[in-house]
Formats: sequence, structure tokens, C-alpha cells
Amino acid sequence: MAENLIDIRELKKYYPVHGGIFKRHIADIKAVDGVDLKIEKGECLGLVGESGCGKTTLGKTILRLHGATSGRIYFGQSEDIIERIESLLKSENPEERQEGEKLLRQHDLTRLSRKNLLPLRKKIQIVFQDPSNSLNPRMLVKAIIAEPLIAQRLMSGKDIEKRVLELLYTVGLAKEHMMRYPHEFSGGQRQRIAIARALATYPEFILMDEPTSALDVSVQAQILNLLKKLQDEFKLTYLFVTHHLLVVKHISNRIAVMYLGKMAELGPTAEIFDKPLHPYTKALLSAIPIPDPKTKMEKIILSGDVPNPINPPSGCRFHPRCKYAKDICREVEPKLEVAEGRHQVACHRWKEIS
Amino acid sequence: MQRLIETRELYTDFFTFEGVVKALNGVSIVVNQGETYGLVGESGCGKSVSVRSMMRIVQAPGKIVGGKILLFLSKEDREKGIDILKRSEAYMESIRGNDISMIFQEASTSLNPVLSIGYQVGESFLLHRLDEMLSETIDTLKGEIESGVNIFSRLWKSFQIGMFRNELESYLKYKRRVEEIDRRLYELEDSEDSESVSERNHLNRVRDRLSKKSGLVEFVEHFPVLRRYRKKLNKTVRKHIIMLLEELGVPNPHNIVDRYPHELSGGMQQRIVIAIALACHPTLLIADEPTSNLDVTIQAQIVDLIKLLKKTTISSVLFITHDLGLVAEICDRVTVMYAGDACETTSVTELFEKPLHPYTKGLLRAVPKIDSEGELETIPGTVPNLINPPTGCRFHPRCPHAMEICSKEKPPTVEYSAGHSVACFLYSEKKDM
Repeated sequence: MAENLIDIRELKKYYPVHGGIFKRHIADIKAVDGVDLKIEKGECLGLVGESGCGKTTLGKTILRLHGATSGRIYFGQSEDIIERIESLLKSENPEERQEGEKLLRQHDLTRLSRKNLLPLRKKIQIVFQDPSNSLNPRMLVKAIIAEPLIAQRLMSGKDIEKRVLELLYTVGLAKEHMMRYPHEFSGGQRQRIAIARALATYPEFILMDEPTSALDVSVQAQILNLLKKLQDEFKLTYLFVTHHLLVVKHISNRIAVMYLGKMAELGPTAEIFDKPLHPYTKALLSAIPIPDPKTKMEKIILSGDVPNPINPPSGCRFHPRCKYAKDICREVEPKLEVAEGRHQVACHRWKEIS
Repeated sequence: MQRLIETRELYTDFFTFEGVVKALNGVSIVVNQGETYGLVGESGCGKSVSVRSMMRIVQAPGKIVGGKILLFLSKEDREKGIDILKRSEAYMESIRGNDISMIFQEASTSLNPVLSIGYQVGESFLLHRLDEMLSETIDTLKGEIESGVNIFSRLWKSFQIGMFRNELESYLKYKRRVEEIDRRLYELEDSEDSESVSERNHLNRVRDRLSKKSGLVEFVEHFPVLRRYRKKLNKTVRKHIIMLLEELGVPNPHNIVDRYPHELSGGMQQRIVIAIALACHPTLLIADEPTSNLDVTIQAQIVDLIKLLKKTTISSVLFITHDLGLVAEICDRVTVMYAGDACETTSVTELFEKPLHPYTKGLLRAVPKIDSEGELETIPGTVPNLINPPTGCRFHPRCPHAMEICSKEKPPTVEYSAGHSVACFLYSEKKDM
């Protein structure tokens, strides 16, 4: 089995809601509510779900753009250390627990100090959804791509220019693009610049936050091919956040399906598409419009909307929209369990349904 | 097949500071009665501009500069159609929302945030179906009087009936007059001599100025207490709104009517927009990317709803999208557009099985499919800037089969096989030989 690059344990991210005259803390938006996820080295993990299900929040918490409410994220730690810390944290002895906490401060991404975080930052990069918003309109392309190099103090002077040029060639742009502003480029080219910026610091892991959703079909294909090529070339690990299932199918090795802050199903791409187990995944897959008039799949149309994450349904969060829901689904929250090999599902009744 | 709306060589330009954006380059499309027609293309290819031109709602710097838009609505004008570019704005107002309705891309921006859902849906009832609403209100009032009420409310109700009758009369009079003018305009349509042109202009002006309200109603409206007689009418409209929302599967319509757009989710907002569009049972529903901002599961709900409505209430749907998957799912016939040109028009099955235009081929290959493996094929380059569009065929700089003639002349649209037309020299050449 491949080595894990990122190991997420019981991650929670709540956004407080303030209200009343004194702006008291009255509720929490449970954007990510207890997620366990392992991302293997060199893989592309597709994270899919509807808007508001917490997929972007999860990604941004991994980057520590948002601080986590609780939970642990291990980045590039060896299996032994993780196991040791986890066992220490679970132990009955308060002293051992304290030692676990101490170790966490050095190994857990969510608790690292600024100083310890800085070297990790260059290994973790992000490409945002809309390149016209994520590139500073007043900076030259050269400055945009050089920014992470300067911030990380990786190189200076002539070297930077050489590296920028090299990056431009890798993403399929040319030398003359260096001295231009973002508005002079088309959407696809802008996304290439954003990718070049993410690649600048020799990262190991890149979070792709819907990188193609703002692009047209013909350009989307170019960017997807580029991302695939770069992954092979630089041995990158991707977390590919998107709601476009066919894109995920094309680029990912594994898929994680999220629903309302929880992991619903996790497994290799082919298995998820051939044999979806969770009723939500089934509905999601059947809802994809297939660009072929001959294949008419039977649609499962979900009623209603995604519930409010401030006050999620009890038990299985999907039960109000699920046609297989029984009493147990309303009361007990399903755990993510192994269904078959690497295929995991969080549903009480997956055996009966399939 | 009976045509419903047709554009002939339509040119729309946008006069911006940077220059003239030639958004439409002679687009000819035909939507037939009873079909779902798709308009596909990348952003900026002119799909939205074409339908906006059809509705004559192109925004400010834009202008329709050439071509014809023919409308075949009623029985009489099925022969030659009405050229709506020659008609007055008031005529368009009577068409929009009544015979042709439109759903816009972003439901949240097409709804007015400061008006309640009930008001916004009710508007089209009051605008196009006022006569029905009025006579229904009069009937209910009569029923109430018969069932026995005290003298004061009897007096008030009789006053209401009187007012509504007056309104109804003047509305019918207005309608008759409009019909007269429209008939005359239809007769004058093709004649180009100066006399008929001036008469046409005169009639169009008159039609613009016609008032639906009688003097009495306008007078009563000055008195706050008396003005309240209209509340009864609003009640009737409200009943109809609730019925309509129920039909569209909006849960809890009694409650929704008094809400404001921001209180609803994206999918629900889109349903409200559809409700507004369907209030008057239009013949043609134009849907401009109605699902592109929605999640897949919600998208499936909305698409299912449009399909259902197509079967039950509306005759034709013009569906704009950039998602080829959606096209395969709901359309009967499709036109593929590129940079203001209509490249290829054909049935859906033909489009996916036997695409002819190089752009269509490229587009189909660039879409990730359920069973696709390895690298996606791409179309090199990007969509051109339409201020300085490429000469000749606008696709030639990106086309793998570009020939010398492609950069010089605009390819004519030829019918390759029955119901399958394409604008490309690859095929027009072959035809000649």
C-alpha cells in the first residue's frame, strides 16, 4: 500500500453564528463535522459534493487557510509517529495524554506554530476556482509567479527570473507573457498562470479548488490534460475539489463523496462509478447529464435541498432525502465502514440496498 | 413541421469603447412548434445574444443591425409570419411573458430582491390575463352578495363590482383596438411605398400610447380608501399564484408567496422564475442556461420539471446551454454556435453520431465522458475576440482542416442531408463536385 501524504483525523470546522443585541454566539455552521481521510502520495483524490457540503472548507483547512475547530491533520508524517500520538491521546493516563498533546504541537498541521508552518507552506499549494479573482490585477505575471519564491526566500535575483521562465514553459506559456498583466489573458491562460504560481515552490501537494469550473469545455480539456501531465512529471499529489463528476472521473484515482460536512463514500474511481453503494452517490451519479443521447440512465431525482448545516438532521444526515431511510437512519449516525477492499461507505443499509 | 420563430441572417453588434463587437454574424435558426431546440456553444459565442435579439431585449450598447426575426404565432400569420423588428415596443410587451417567456441564467439576479414572490409572479397575471382575473373576481363578489351580507358590505361590494366591470370594459376595449391595429400592421408589413411606411409608423406610435385604464379608474385611484377596492382582485390573483406554484412542485406555496427571494434556495428561486415564465401558458419558453449555477441534483430536478412542462403546458422550448450532456438529455434539434456563427444544425442523435463541422467534432471530443480514458483531445487556441474576428470562417485559425478559402470567405450554410445543415467549406465543396 502506498504511503500516506496527508492523514486527517476527526477534523471539524465550525463557523460561529452571532446574533442578538450583544452579538452572542448562538449557533455553529458545521461545515466539516468529523472527517477522516487519508491522501496517498502521488494520487489524485477527487472530492465531490453539492455546494455547501463543506468540500472547499475541508480543503482550505488542510492548507490552514482556516484554522480547524478540532481534529488533527498530519502532513508527511511517518505511520509510526501518527500511531504513537493517536494511542497516547486515547490512553487513560492523563500524563500520557499530555505527552500526546505535546507531540501534536510539533506534528499536527492544525497546531503548528507560524515558524514551524512556514517550511511546510511551500509543500502545500492551492489553485483557486476563478483565476480572474485569484490573480492580482495590478501585478505583472512575472511578479505573480515570483511571489511565492520571494515569500519563501527560496532564491533571489537572476535565479528567480530563470525559474519563472521555466515555470511558464512548463504550463505552456511563452516568454513574452512574462511582462503582461492578468487582464490581457483569456480564462484558460490565467488558470495556467495560477498553476505556474502553485508550482513555483516545488510543492508536494496541490489543492485544486474547482480549477476548471470557470472555463469553457474546450479550454477545460486543455487544463485537465496539463494537470495530468504535471502530476506525472513532478510526482504531485492532488486533492481535486469539484462538483463536476465527469471531470473527477477523468482525473482522479480515488473519489471521496461528501454530504453536509460528512464523508458519505470513499473509494477507487472505477468502483464508485460502477458500483456506488451510498444512496446519495447513486443519486448524484444518475443526475449527471451524459453527452450521448443513446444512453438513457434511469434518474434518481432527489427531493428537496441540502439541509441547513447549522441544524443538520439527526442520525444519518441524508435520511430526509433518502428513499431507503428507516428508523435506525433517523437515530444513529452511520460510521464510515469498509465495504470491500479500499471502498468505504457510511450507510446503515448499504448491504440491503445493493 | 410548423415553424414558430425564425431568425434570418441576424446581425447584432455591440458598440463599445474598444470598438464594435460583432456578436452575431448572420445567424439563421428556426424553432418549430412542439420541439425542444438546443443552442450550444462556449461562452461568448452569441447564444444568449441570439435569444435576447429574438425577444428584442439586447442591452444598451448592443443593437440589432440587420436581418429578420419572424414570428408565427396565430393561425392567420402562419403563412408569412410577423417581422417583429418592424413592430412597436408595445407589441413586444404584449408578446413577452405572454407568448414567449424567458428564464434567465441566474435566478437570484433575475428576481427583484425588494418585492415579494407573490408580487413578482402576480405581475404577469395582471399584465396579460387581467380580463380573466377581473371576471373571476366579479363572479366571486356576486356570489358573496347573494349569500347574504349586511347593507354596508353589500354597498361596498356593489361598488367593487362596478369598478371591476369598468376596468374590464376598458381593458377589452383596449384589446380590441390593439387587435385592429395589429391586423392593419400585418397587412402593411410587406409594402414599402412611402404612404404605407408612414401609416405603419403612425400606427406603431398609436399602439404605444394606448391606455388600458379608463378615466374613472384613474380618478378613483386618487382616493386612498376607495382605492382599496382592488384588494379583492389581488386575492384572486393570489389564488392563481398558489395554484401555479403547487403545479410546479414548490412545497408550502401559501407560505412562499409572502417570502422574498433571498429567503429561498437557488433551486427554489429557479422554480419561482419558471413560475413567472409559465404564468400565461406561453407557446415558447426560452431557457438561458437555467441550471448552470445549480448543483447536479438540483439541476436534475429542474431539467425534469422542464421536460414535464414540455409534455403538459408549453409547446416549444428553446434551451441554451454549454453542457453537451444536457443537450443529449432534453433537446430534439440542436444548433452549435461558435463566435457568432451558427456552425451546424441537426438532430441530437446525428450531432453525437455524425458531427460534420470541425468545431463540433472538437467540442465533442473535448468533453470528458463516462468511459473516456487517457488524454482528452483539445481544440488548440482560444475563442477569438469579436471586435476583430478572424476573416472568412471565424473558426479557421483553430481548425485542423483549414483551407485557403476559409480565411477569405464566410462559408455558406448547406444542407448536407435532410435536416442536417452545416456551414463549412469542407462540405460545400463536396456538394459541388
